[in-house]
Amino acid sequence: MDTNTCIELALIIIKVIIISSLLFALPIPLTWIERKVAGHIQLRLGPFRVGWHGILQPVADMIKLMFKEDIIPDKADKWLFKLAPIISLVPIFLTFATVPVGDKITVFGKEVTLYISDMNVGILYILAVAGIGVYGLILGGWASNSKYALFGSIRSSAQMISYELALSFAAIGVVMVTNSLSLVDIVNSQKATTWNICYQPLGFIIYIIAGLAEINRIPFDLSEDEGTLAAGYHVEYSSMRFSFFMLAEYVAMVLMSVLAVVLFFGGWSGPILPPIVWFVIKVSAFIYFFMWVRFTFPRYRYDQLMTIGWKILLPLSLVNILITGLFLI
Amino acid sequence: MLLSYLPVIIMLGFVMFLAFAVLFVNSVVSPKNPYKEKLSPWECGMEPIGDADTGHFRVHFFIIAILFIVFDVETLFLFPWAVVLKKIGLFAFIEMFIFIFILAIGLVYAWAKGALEWV
Repeated sequence: MDTNTCIELALIIIKVIIISSLLFALPIPLTWIERKVAGHIQLRLGPFRVGWHGILQPVADMIKLMFKEDIIPDKADKWLFKLAPIISLVPIFLTFATVPVGDKITVFGKEVTLYISDMNVGILYILAVAGIGVYGLILGGWASNSKYALFGSIRSSAQMISYELALSFAAIGVVMVTNSLSLVDIVNSQKATTWNICYQPLGFIIYIIAGLAEINRIPFDLSEDEGTLAAGYHVEYSSMRFSFFMLAEYVAMVLMSVLAVVLFFGGWSGPILPPIVWFVIKVSAFIYFFMWVRFTFPRYRYDQLMTIGWKILLPLSLVNILITGLFLI
Repeated sequence: MLLSYLPVIIMLGFVMFLAFAVLFVNSVVSPKNPYKEKLSPWECGMEPIGDADTGHFRVHFFIIAILFIVFDVETLFLFPWAVVLKKIGLFAFIEMFIFIFILAIGLVYAWAKGALEWV
């Protein structure tokens, strides 16, 4: 290996470490923001005791979770029970290997790309790898050998696979406009013309609804329907394994926001401010939107959920693809 | 080309390392005090009756899974088609229209048979 290859490899490793550590730590500010947003929407103050305006609350929660006993039920399938949180955590991190937060910057006279890897199948890779996370839910609920966990896992896996279709069909609409699966190319093509939301308004609506269902958030959080299922698939989990499921859920929310920005809102492009700042602003806006929705809407029933997924979103997304095709030819 | 997938392997290794490191620290510092009641499956304080992992659930979930596979394969065909649609033009569009039409008939059939109804 020559020096150039070594530098490239070192750069990749550094970027991997930075992105993974950031994502691992991201739920700490996000839970604080979410609880504050919840509090103010419901005319409360939210967490207030630990630190300035309760800003250290998530840190305290994390320390508490760390010192809790890791309970493994004696009827559970021990091996799968231990494996499931890791299966649901790791794939969602891997999707960020191809997410571009910016184009290129020059550090010490060396050009550094602000994405780990620009795959030519970018979006297909993200959808495929994010899909592996469903195994974590199924295995976690099944291995717990508890009825609530089993029902929760089966419900949420059926929900996730149903809405994954509408989500990928909405993404196909964008791919048809930009003629590329690479996320960097998709952003660059939007820089040349306008944001894809102008060409794909219907696709964006389908994407955002399916995305809400895909990350199991209200109004589609049937997997942890407190009223009927207690907590769903992670009812038997405690301590760090429980927090891995929560971590995966938060990173999935960030992924959905990032994809919405990259596919429909021009990624890092924007005037005056540096690209990374634009990217962070847009992604934060979507994260706030998801939190806002959570504390505004009631939860759907399961039959309503399936009706929306299969009878409305799926035909609509197919129609969207055909209409887009007609316009392109 | 293959080099663009190398970061994925590195990332896999690093995230696994982080996850296991956290679990290790947790296993060192957490108390261990298991007893029979704590280790029984949670069922609102009742004694659980029977096993849950026999896989007794509504057959509807299974039907949904089969329908999903049909449309997921369609997704895989649609992605390459979407990339080259502008190059090939009308011919590709008509061909995909027929393909989507056939699968849509399958959806209509499942719909008419009540596979999508949840009672």
